[in-house]
This record gives sequence, structure tokens and C-alpha cells, in this order.
Amino acid sequence: MSNGVASLSPQSAPAVSVHNLRKSFGSLEVLKGVSLEAREGDVISILGASGSGKSTMLRCINMLEVPDSGDIRIGGETIGLKKGRKGMQPADQGQVDRIRSRVAMVFQSFNLWSHMTILENVIEAPVHVQKRPKAECIAEAEELLAKVGIVDKRNQYPSHLSGGQQQRAAIARALAMHPKVMLFDEPTSALDPELVGEVLRVMRSLAEEGRTMLVVTHEMGFARDVSNRVVFLHKGVVEEEGAPTDVFGAPKSERFKQFISSHR
Amino acid sequence: MDFAFMRDAFLTLMAGVPLTLNLALTSIVFGAIFAMLLAVMRMSGLKILDWPAQAYVFVFRGTPLLVQIFLIYYGLGQFRPTLQEWGLWTFFREPFWCAVLALTLNTAAYGSEIIRGGLQSVPHNQVEAARACGMSGFLLFRRVIFPIAVRQALPAYGSEIILMVKATSLASIITMMEVTGLAAKLISQTFRAVEVFIVAGLIYLVLNFIITRIIMAIEWWLSPHLRRPPAVEPRLEAAHV
Repeated sequence: MSNGVASLSPQSAPAVSVHNLRKSFGSLEVLKGVSLEAREGDVISILGASGSGKSTMLRCINMLEVPDSGDIRIGGETIGLKKGRKGMQPADQGQVDRIRSRVAMVFQSFNLWSHMTILENVIEAPVHVQKRPKAECIAEAEELLAKVGIVDKRNQYPSHLSGGQQQRAAIARALAMHPKVMLFDEPTSALDPELVGEVLRVMRSLAEEGRTMLVVTHEMGFARDVSNRVVFLHKGVVEEEGAPTDVFGAPKSERFKQFISSHR
Repeated sequence: MDFAFMRDAFLTLMAGVPLTLNLALTSIVFGAIFAMLLAVMRMSGLKILDWPAQAYVFVFRGTPLLVQIFLIYYGLGQFRPTLQEWGLWTFFREPFWCAVLALTLNTAAYGSEIIRGGLQSVPHNQVEAARACGMSGFLLFRRVIFPIAVRQALPAYGSEIILMVKATSLASIITMMEVTGLAAKLISQTFRAVEVFIVAGLIYLVLNFIITRIIMAIEWWLSPHLRRPPAVEPRLEAAHV
């Protein structure tokens, strides 16, 4: 699975480290002290019923949600937070932008930019955020689009593509930034059942390349077969955690047992 | 109807077209810049910027353009010594600049609301995707928010541009010899109001027809994503060598 590069350098800082994360929306406490560590090459599936806080946790990692307290470290670098007028906010937007360009995110509803072609979507951040040469970015984007199987769509617009194709384009867009970590926020939940497979196949191939991935998902097959660790969140706390064979084979938590049986 | 006279009237009134277009274009350009600023003030979330912009829009949208033109052209004359002191009199002395100022201030109020609507209609998830890629501040605005907002706002802004072309006719009241000004002058000489105003109306109609077409062309050019995709991808192989 992911015993390639990561195990050769055990001293290196974890790719992502989340410690004692708390987050409330108004009076609703969504995260009640969640901790999580992802080493390089880890593929972690984050499971949980809706409202368990799994998406919020993922969105905290790249500061799309700002946690009320707790530490987030990306590659050993702690994201600085300060108290603002409306709760916590990032201390340094420059740091957040820099970290975000290394932590790519794939969204449930794809979120491609509607006014740009697929190719323009993929090269946008490499050219304008990372300031890489455009010709190089285009060549690489076409390779990535070929890899996810939609290079023939590169001059079309997102609205012209099916959901599965859009999601694969969004994955290519994320890959184009050479991310250290990839976050997937329910990447197949908005897809028609017959389109789920094509996206999961792409994600599986990324996992096999040894990429570090945190995947919020309802796909039990993916969690069991592709990830090397499963985290089950319930009401804002980690209820069960471990290797997929262990947690699916012998779940300790009663809630997780119920959850698996309802998702079979 | 006297068609020979109408042809002569047409040639006379055509001489006013450059001034009409000049008034319209100058105030549309300055007005759009000011409108942008007002829209950003309203969207800033800071009361100290939002409130003045709201008050401005309220006043300039709530009063007639003709009253605004009169106030600027006749009203500011009362403050001539002060304006001279500030070196602004050369500007306010000219009816052209008074008309441009009134038109600019007026269109900025309407335009800012159109732009604000466009900015508010930008889908949040596309902004979030940009943030997640490390975009923020002006880069985010320039590459994602503004291009999407413009596409949303353009149809409504096109109407505003046409309204502005027609509004330039009010400048005739402060001695501007644009199309309507020349028409009024010609009528006072010939007393043939119907023919002259029909010709004047036709000139505005043709101008606005051309402007409508230009705006439609821009809309078409900006919205390939709303059209049907090309059936076949041209020359796919050639790009992959």
C-alpha cells in the first residue's frame, strides 16, 4: 500500500498533523477535539454520518473553515491563527495561500470555474499562483488530462461535461499544483451511480502512486480496499480509527458497527 | 411629408452625432469606473464605506437627471469664486463637462447596483475553489470573481448604456448642440417639429441598434460556456506530438 517512500524517512515531519481541533458554528459544536496524523503516502478515509464533522475537519486543514482552537501542521509548518473581530482568523494570509497551493482540494460539486475551458481550469493556479511558465503548465496539464482520460475535452467548458468528467477535470486541476497532500471532500457524492466508478478508478491510481490523500467518503469499498487507515467520526470526535482490515473486521465501537451495516 | 426637407434635416442633425457619442462614451467610461468603486464599497462589509455608497446611490437614483444637470450647470455657478480659487472653474465653466459630470454621477449610481448584482451572483463554490488553490485578494478578484460577475452583469449594463445614449439629449438644455440640440435649433428656424423629431428619433434608433449589436457580440464572445459544445474536437492528434 503506502510503504514506499514514507517508511524510508521515519524522521520527517508528518504531511498533515491535526491536534485537538475544535470548531463551533454558533451554538453547535461540530468538532470537539479531533486529532489526526497523516504521514507521507498515507491514504486516510474519513467516514461518518452527515453532521459528524468530517467535512468541517477536512475544510479546516486548508483553512476554508478556521478552527476555534487546536493546531494544524502541514509538513511541519504550523498555520498561525489569531483572534479577530469575528472569532479566529489566519494570522498571515500569505502563509495560508502558500500552504493552500501545496494542499489541493477536490470538492463534492467539482467547483470548476465555469468561464474557463477545462485546460484553462487546470493551468490557472500553476500559472497565476505558482508563477510557472505557461508553456510548461500547458504541456503538463495535457498529460494530466490524458491520465484522467479527458484530454479530448480540454477545450470544452465544464458545463459541457458529465459530472464524472468534471470531477476528473477537478482532480487534474488539483494535481497540476504538485500538491504534497490532496483533500477529497465527498468526491463521488454528487455523481450518478454509473459515474462513480470512473472517479474512484482515478483516485485509486493516485493512491497507488503513493500520494498523500485524505478522503471524506461514503464509499466503503474505497475505504476498505484503497486506504491504509480509516477514521470514523461521530458527533465531532474520533470514534474509531485503525487499519481497514482491523476496523472493518473487528469494529470496537457500537456506532461504527451500525454505520457499516447501514452502508453495505 | 416633405422627404427632401427630411433629408436636409438628417444631414444637419448628423453633425451632432459626434458630440452625442462623445458625451455618452466619456460618461459611460468614467461612470463605469466610479460604479465599480461604489460596488466594491457596498460589498466591502465595512459600514464606513458601505453607508456613503448607499446614500450616494439613493440620492442620484432618486432624483431626476435633468435636475442634477441644472444643479451642476446653474447651481455651481454661484460658487464661482471658490471654484476659481480651487482651479476648477475652467472645468465647470464648460457645459460639456457639466453634462459629462452629471451623466457620469448618474450612471455610476445605476451601474454600481448592476455590478453589485453581478458580484453577488458569483457562485460561492467557484470562489472557494480559487481560495483552495491559494488565490486571495486582488488575484482572486481579477481571475475569478470579476470575469464571472461581468458575464452576469453585461445584459443589464447594456441597457444602462442605451439609456445613457438617450440621456445625452438632456444636455441640449444646457446649450450642447448634440443631435437633440440641433433638432431644437432647426425647429425654431423652420417650425417643422414633426419631421425634425422623426429624423432625430431615427438617428437615436440607429445608434442604439448598432450599440445593441456590439453588446450582443461581446456577450456572445464572453459566453462560449453557455453555447453548445463543438461537435468534434479539431486536430486532437496534431497537439500530441
